[in-house]
Amino acid sequence: MNRALALHLSVIAALGAAFFVLPVYHAGNLARIMVLAIYAMGFNLAFGYTGLLSLGHALFFGAGMYGLSLSMQHLGTPLLPAMAIALIAAAVVTAVVGALALRTKGVAFMIVTLMFAQAGYLTALYFSRWTRGEEGFVLPQHLRQFAGVDLSSAMGRYYAALFLFAVTLLLIGAIVRAPFGRSLIAIRENEARATMLGYDVQRLKWLALVISGTISGLAGATYALLFGYAGASFAAVPYSILPLLYVLLGGAGTTLGPLVGAAFMIYLFDLSADITDAYMLIAGVVLVLLTMFLPQGILGTLRKRALPWLP
Amino acid sequence: MAALILQTKGLTKTYAGVQANTDIDFALPQGQIRALIGPNGAGKSTFVGMLCGRIEATRGTVMFDGQDISRLPAHRRIALGIAYTFQITSIFPGLSVHENVGLAARRAGGNEATVSDVLARVGLTDRAGQSAGDLSYGHQRILEIGMGFAQKPRLFILDEPTQGLAESEVAEFKALITGLENTTILLIEHNMSVVMETAEFITVLNHGAVLAEGTPDEIRANAHVQAAYLGTEDA
Repeated sequence: MNRALALHLSVIAALGAAFFVLPVYHAGNLARIMVLAIYAMGFNLAFGYTGLLSLGHALFFGAGMYGLSLSMQHLGTPLLPAMAIALIAAAVVTAVVGALALRTKGVAFMIVTLMFAQAGYLTALYFSRWTRGEEGFVLPQHLRQFAGVDLSSAMGRYYAALFLFAVTLLLIGAIVRAPFGRSLIAIRENEARATMLGYDVQRLKWLALVISGTISGLAGATYALLFGYAGASFAAVPYSILPLLYVLLGGAGTTLGPLVGAAFMIYLFDLSADITDAYMLIAGVVLVLLTMFLPQGILGTLRKRALPWLP
Repeated sequence: MAALILQTKGLTKTYAGVQANTDIDFALPQGQIRALIGPNGAGKSTFVGMLCGRIEATRGTVMFDGQDISRLPAHRRIALGIAYTFQITSIFPGLSVHENVGLAARRAGGNEATVSDVLARVGLTDRAGQSAGDLSYGHQRILEIGMGFAQKPRLFILDEPTQGLAESEVAEFKALITGLENTTILLIEHNMSVVMETAEFITVLNHGAVLAEGTPDEIRANAHVQAAYLGTEDA
């Protein structure tokens, strides 16, 4: 077994044990962190590995969230089919948006994805008869069950989050080691060279984006499922920026950076809120300092300075 | 005469009214080492850019091994067996030397053995684990040429490969490309010692059109070519 896989399995095992060690409050926090880390891992595949800076991932997160929650709420769809609908919705939305947005590059790509996400957000508001807009709605309790496990209980929620986090982490770990993942990194490093080695750069970017968006959709669906709520604010601009911050903090292009970044930021907000009402100010200063002194993020810096094998 | 691996007819590129290449008819037999020379701004890079698909031709056709590839995107042309090295070194600076060659080899169906073989051939085995961006300039250029080798191309297009190389590195380069088998080489080059020692045949471009073609000796003796380089009235 290689070191990268061993590390991933150790992290998963440590998270599995953490539930019994941590106080209830922190276990609840960690469940949320794991779900948001799934989101950030999806984002990282596009941004950290392929070099596609999207500012519209909230659209894919929202597509998954609404795919699951609307079908549960209005059609009474059971969990697994509802999850399948969520993933298909996210994949289709990303496929279409990707096909159009990837005709642009760089700043234009950022703006186009941002605009698509904004259109998605406004669509959710427009159909507020079903989505209940910003106010959102609570998912039917009886559908938040899986194989006899109550996913709204602290333990059910934690281990469901861990299971999906583990699946995503191992999937991403496998992708970035495979020739497909290596070619994505090649595109990030030097797109012109990748093309002139015979790689179909457009197709590869599109595939990376579709996988990225589908994983983000999985995170959105999981969030709604485990926390029992869906609302349009999850499809708004801040939710496109959050995964970017998590990934930048944790380390773009590292498999565990999204988890580290999400944990760091959520606790940063949490702890600074204990100190002052102006907690955003503290958080902001810390973020500025981090980007100044650790431009490659926490794990990116660690990889550069000490652990070159870090996946 | 050997079969033609590459042929162009009427290949033309116009940039906002300025003709960079005008009706270039060009034929390259299989297995030849051909140099493409000409003064700065003669349209050499534009021409090879249109061959490998980096630059869209305004009109004209490109035939590769009997197939019309004029409409194919660059990556499809590469897949047919063309390799290209950039005028300004273009590698993956953040990846290891080994991974750079690996990316080139894998796409062309090569494996680990191909990579080791290429690294040994270009003398970078000892630096395989190093970040490509940390290599010296000369080694980066050699690496890019090695990536071309790893693609096992049938036609290898090199845009000023010896630019900025030290004398000893230029000598290594000459040995490398003359030692290639089953590969046709199209070489844009300013270093006349490289051209005269490696090329079997030379095409001279000037003002975006073919000025002369011939063996190194014929080109050396050609008055028009001398004039083009020295900039006399005759050009």
